[in-house]
Amino acid sequence: MKILVCIKQVPQKDAPLKLNESGSWIREDVSYEVNEPDAYALEEALRQKEKNGGEVVVVTAGPARAQQVLREALAKGADRAIHLEGDEFVRLDPASTAKAIAAAVKSENFDLIFTGLQSDDYGYAQTGVLLAEVLGWPHSTIILHIAKEGDGLKLKRELESGYFQDMEMPLPAVLTIQSGGNKLRYATLMGIKQAKNKPMTKLGWADVASAVGKNGLKIERLYIPVKQKRTETIDGPPAEVARKLVDKMRNEMRIL
Amino acid sequence: MSARGVILVITEQREGKLNRVSYETITAAQKIAAETGWSVEAVVMGAQVSVAAGEIAAKKLEKVYQIHSPALGQYTADGYIAALKPFLAEKLPSLVLFPHTYQVRDFAPKLALALDRPLISDAVSYKYESGKLLFTRQMFQGKFVADVSFSGEPPYFATVQAGSFRADQAENGPAPAPIETVHAIIENSSIRVKPHEMYKEAKQAVDLTQAEIIVSVGRGIKEQKNIEMAAKLAEALGGELAASRPICDAGWLPIERQIGSSGQTVSPKLYLALGISGAIQHLVGMKGSRSVIAVNKDPEAPIFDIADVAVVGNLLEIVPALIEEVKKAKAEA
Ligand SMILES: Cc1cc2nc3c(=O)[nH]c(=O)nc-3n(C[C@H](O)[C@H](O)[C@H](O)COP(=O)(O)OP(=O)(O)OC[C@H]3O[C@@H](n4cnc5c(N)ncnc54)[C@H](O)[C@@H]3O)c2cc1C
Repeated sequence: MKILVCIKQVPQKDAPLKLNESGSWIREDVSYEVNEPDAYALEEALRQKEKNGGEVVVVTAGPARAQQVLREALAKGADRAIHLEGDEFVRLDPASTAKAIAAAVKSENFDLIFTGLQSDDYGYAQTGVLLAEVLGWPHSTIILHIAKEGDGLKLKRELESGYFQDMEMPLPAVLTIQSGGNKLRYATLMGIKQAKNKPMTKLGWADVASAVGKNGLKIERLYIPVKQKRTETIDGPPAEVARKLVDKMRNEMRIL
Repeated sequence: MSARGVILVITEQREGKLNRVSYETITAAQKIAAETGWSVEAVVMGAQVSVAAGEIAAKKLEKVYQIHSPALGQYTADGYIAALKPFLAEKLPSLVLFPHTYQVRDFAPKLALALDRPLISDAVSYKYESGKLLFTRQMFQGKFVADVSFSGEPPYFATVQAGSFRADQAENGPAPAPIETVHAIIENSSIRVKPHEMYKEAKQAVDLTQAEIIVSVGRGIKEQKNIEMAAKLAEALGGELAASRPICDAGWLPIERQIGSSGQTVSPKLYLALGISGAIQHLVGMKGSRSVIAVNKDPEAPIFDIADVAVVGNLLEIVPALIEEVKKAKAEA
């Protein structure tokens, strides 16, 4: 199977984020990493290739710094990478991102496209589903397990409250992958070395702009959420914190 | 296209029962309608929906549409889009609102794009500012929120996060709303996927919903061996041990102890969150707790927004001290 994996670079989980001066976006001088569900999407694609053969291609739409997540994917075993490179891609809405990616890969015949189920930055949870619409393909979301069966796939989908559902799906298809379905691999030294010689195609905004059109969504402002609850902060050395907490548990919460 | 001043709420039902977040979405629609002057209508869809349609018609709505077809008996994105696309193209509401459920995440973006309209997903509130409708949504895992607007002409699409509005504030109407039946015509061949029945995997040996005290660990616990420490604290408090999803994914605790949208929903007297950042998918499972104490080294962690007591610090130092203190208190009592 020929599989495309869409991956995104997002601020690192523990990175302290600050608003920029105009309150329109975050300050970009933070550390970045691959969006966690995308790492699982890549892992699933690599496992499919190991089982069924084929090719794994990774794509990202983002500025120059985003090349890092492609390099890491190549080091883990992806065969080649496509970088839609430009600052323009950072503020696209999900429909525009889907159209840009579709335009970039339209001449290739992928059997499957994986995305993470949502990104840790915007969290729209739309790009994969929209990519299926742009391509006219079926799709399914929040996928935990994929098995090739005959000409199609047997999928395990997560539902709410501890439920799951199996389903059958023809190819080609777009699937959005949930975190935790597999154990993630690390890049080996050998892999890192080989990655240097793997092909990396670069496309710019001009290559896809005509397919993208206008953003349908606009972020008017970004800000720190207003607290809903009155929170009391307790600090001090651990022993003192512990004493204060126990006092609250006994006298206010009445659970001791 | 020229849209009518109508908010259409696409509700979600399973086996004839509407879920709670459908009612929350009705509340959202009624509040928006009060400011915009639009009216509210609702859609119930499935193979047999007359009971659910009758139930929702008690709410203050201009109209309820029951869209039915045998092909809607089991949810598929293809079936739902085939039913809703021509319906919405004809009705042209100003705003289409959905509950942000797994099912809606699966089809609503595709439906919106099929009509060439934008969708704001996972809204927690809205603003109506000089004739412009904005939806507020979390960004960066709840560390920030953004006000987002639509460009172009309506219909606009938005999904509403569970717990953002109150189901019990959905107003009843003076008389039941009229129900209109819509027969959706769906070619069987247009449904490309074949879903099987839903099932549960975990044996559900523990029922956390009955626990009065829950000690819950997140990725901040760092190593598997530290789980023991949290278990000791739970034991000292006479409570149950629970976890965020990554801890269960890693196999450090069984999935039946997972709290959140894909795990259990609990409302203990005390929920003690240790090294949990407070992602919305976790919060929906424990928001109803009577008291929340959160321990996190990051003063900006979103979990503190819903905590009664915030402890900014290293849980690996605080938990051992707390175990001692709780033991002492119990011995005195
Ligand atoms: C569809 C879907 C369903 C999901 N379902 C669920 C679900 O049911 N339940 C669930 O929990 N999640 C669920 N998630 C995942 C969720 O989005 C978060 O990724 C997850 O809850 C994060 O877990 P965490 O808080 O333990 O980890 P992180 O977000 O990594 O947070 C770790 C926290 O620990 C703190 N920390 C680190 N070290 C220390 C220390 N020494 N002392 C104190 N604090 C420390 C950090 O500051 C940080 O805030 C779901 C996601 C999706 C998309």
